[in-house]
Amino acid sequence: MKGRQLLLAAAAPIASIGLALVVSSLVLLAVGADPWSAYTTMAEYGTRLETFVDTLNRATPLYISGVAVAIGFRMNLFNIGVEGQYTLAALVAAYVGAQFDVWAPLHVLAILLVAMAVGSGYAAIPGVLKVTRGVNEVISTIMLNAIAVAIVSYLLVKWSIADETLNTATEQIPESGRMPDLNSVLEVVTREITKGRELRGFLIVAVVVGIAYHVLINRTRIGFDLRATGSNPFAAHASGVPPARTIVIAMALSGLVAGLVGLSQVLGDTYRYDLNFTRQLGFSGIAVALVGRNHPAGIAVGALLFGFLDSVAPILDISGDAPREIVIIMQAVIIFSVVVGYEIVRRMRATDEARAAAALLSNQPEPSV
Amino acid sequence: MEPVDGNESKGTAISTDALAVQLIDITKRFPGVIANDGVNLSVADGEIHAICGENGAGKSTLMKILYGMQAADEGRMIVRGEEVLFKSPKDAIELGIGMVHQHFMLADNFTVLENIILGAEPAHRGVIDRKTATETIERLAETYGLDVRPDDLVEDLEVGERQRVEILKVLYRGAKILILDEPTAVLVPQEIEELFRNLRDLKAQGHTIIFIDHKLDEVLEISDSVTVIRQGRTVATVDPADVTAHDLAELMVGSELPTPETRESTVTDVVVLEMAGVAATDQGREVVHHIDLKVHKGEIVGIAGVEGNGQNELIEVLLGMRSASGGAISLDGRDITRSSVRERRELGVDYIPADRHRYGLLLDAPLWENAMLGHQSEAPYTKGIWIDRAAARQAATEIIEQFDVRTPGVDTPAHALSGGNQQKFIIGREMITEPSLLVAAHPTRGIDVGAQAAVWEQLRAARSAGLAVLLVSADLDELIGLSDVLHVMLRGELVAQLDPSSVTPRDLGSHMTGAAIGDRE
Repeated sequence: MKGRQLLLAAAAPIASIGLALVVSSLVLLAVGADPWSAYTTMAEYGTRLETFVDTLNRATPLYISGVAVAIGFRMNLFNIGVEGQYTLAALVAAYVGAQFDVWAPLHVLAILLVAMAVGSGYAAIPGVLKVTRGVNEVISTIMLNAIAVAIVSYLLVKWSIADETLNTATEQIPESGRMPDLNSVLEVVTREITKGRELRGFLIVAVVVGIAYHVLINRTRIGFDLRATGSNPFAAHASGVPPARTIVIAMALSGLVAGLVGLSQVLGDTYRYDLNFTRQLGFSGIAVALVGRNHPAGIAVGALLFGFLDSVAPILDISGDAPREIVIIMQAVIIFSVVVGYEIVRRMRATDEARAAAALLSNQPEPSV
Repeated sequence: MEPVDGNESKGTAISTDALAVQLIDITKRFPGVIANDGVNLSVADGEIHAICGENGAGKSTLMKILYGMQAADEGRMIVRGEEVLFKSPKDAIELGIGMVHQHFMLADNFTVLENIILGAEPAHRGVIDRKTATETIERLAETYGLDVRPDDLVEDLEVGERQRVEILKVLYRGAKILILDEPTAVLVPQEIEELFRNLRDLKAQGHTIIFIDHKLDEVLEISDSVTVIRQGRTVATVDPADVTAHDLAELMVGSELPTPETRESTVTDVVVLEMAGVAATDQGREVVHHIDLKVHKGEIVGIAGVEGNGQNELIEVLLGMRSASGGAISLDGRDITRSSVRERRELGVDYIPADRHRYGLLLDAPLWENAMLGHQSEAPYTKGIWIDRAAARQAATEIIEQFDVRTPGVDTPAHALSGGNQQKFIIGREMITEPSLLVAAHPTRGIDVGAQAAVWEQLRAARSAGLAVLLVSADLDELIGLSDVLHVMLRGELVAQLDPSSVTPRDLGSHMTGAAIGDRE
């Protein structure tokens, strides 16, 4: 029984990746490329230290975004608005951060708090609309994404400073408000990191977010209320969970985490909000949360996998093995196969559990009607 | 669908020639419950045939079988002399059987016309032929006196009009045999009169009507014959001219009521729950009217009644899930009328829900988490904002031991347990926190006899220990066996207070079905 349980736990992710490889190979063959040589190129390039650093840097915001989405998912709320929440939060935080200069840790903390406050406030809007007016959060968050784009464009022009380049950007955050890189930490266990790659210090924030998410969901009362509502809203209501308040809290928490997504770039790379600010991370976060099954460790695996695929995509073009778009297909297939794979495993497990409970009764059959 | 010789059929002496529908020895089992246990039903052609019985007696299941929504495990169905086997409602519709469901199945944003033709649209080269449709509907409406305007939007219609649309929908598909599932439940008296006029018109045109109801005065008024079903079995088929509402009530409830065990009363004069003039509304309609009720320490107060008479709403108001539209509720002398569900829970109001899957459990969560549900803001489960996992697991273990829950362990998810064990776990969870008031709704519904006896024993023990219990149930054995005081709820009101030790089936049935009120008028 124990062995079977372990096997079941491992089956879904392995099967998903296997299926993704098979489908991608078929696609590669269809476009006339050699799958084996494409995979070996990816593996060879992907195992380099510099690619590893790049993977981590890409995975960091993906992870935070995934956690933000997962908080909503745990309560059956579909927060598609992470996109708008993090963009708006990053802009406001970058602007506010450039306005003052204090002791470094305090400065960074202040910027993080501003971002979380903005993200949380913006996400609370669909929550309040849902409980007061019955507006579906999917619709309202999509709308608010569009509104966020408009607000950001307006504010960016308003707040942008005259620059020698043509880039429209906020003023740079002073030294004290930047997060140092972690190259020296990583180099303790590895060789020197070359090619100007920097492991962004924001990785630590992602780790803290992951731990906080785990503790909140599994160890606190509000986490229990949230999970109970997600799993059975009627039973949760009867158990004393106030439905309206919990929805607003869940949305606000989701937005709070979402607010941090863009800061990896702002605090660790550009030190300002400019036109090159990375978009679409909110949507990738949905995929990552799905792949990770809303589990803090699972989301990490999903974020690293997607980060890795993003990092190695360019090499495929350079080596000429395959078009780089193949990794997008792989990502899509992974999402599908994970969703299907876990559902199959869930059903197998449910059958096992029912059998175990029934086996216990077989010795003392209860009288039946 | 092989035609068979009707005379071979057993279980009835009536000649099959004049029968529209004949059901022979229909049996349908669900996990843990036998819904129909060898039911026989013969409906003559062109009559209005009422089927009476309490909720849970098996009426709806029987009609779903006749309409092809569910397949019978055993038994035969004969429609107009031919033995039939329905795989889906489509087969039933083809043979001219139509069903008007209790909950209307209409698209609100469609017009009357669109709803009626939906799925059976007359088309001309792929385009809906609205002209033909309108003509057909207007002709049908006129023939049967069913007053509707084809171009009205369904969302603008009154309940009675919606019902007429449902009936037209069925007639449009050529139904000659109409099944109506509790058609009067949603109607006001004037609408009921209108419906009965329509039904008589339909009968005059040669249609056969099967009419499910448990309001006996209505049944006696409209039907040509009445079949009473109790606990999945046919009790009798009678001619309404020969019986009174009291006779029918007695048939529905059963001729023998259990005698409660003689036992010492533990009732004290300490009032735990007091409801004064409590009222509640559902979708703007008042469904609970001015309830005055007291439950004392050590007392079990039972509420009997046919389901849908406001019991659920009363419980929701008591728990705080629905706000009271009038009156006051106090617990241990403290006003809780405006308190939240959680505040009431913390004050010691515990709840055994009728639908344990929907209101009582997180099916995918382990038992130890389910042990906290409803008490997640109380000791020992939480300390401040933190969950005390060790304490919760300990409590779950105690529940499993004390209440004989058969499970591999506290980490087993709730869905893996049988219904009886789930129920024992819920009862244990509510009892172990030593509540002051327990609201128990149908606590033994759908569980086996062994678990039922265990649940009853637990309730009796808790009562002796000073618990106040409000018991809402449809099981008369349970109500009479456990209650110290028995109230009957009808149409949102407490219509009678009875003594469980001396109540007769006739009394109880009359009060539950409103036959007693009918007498006074």
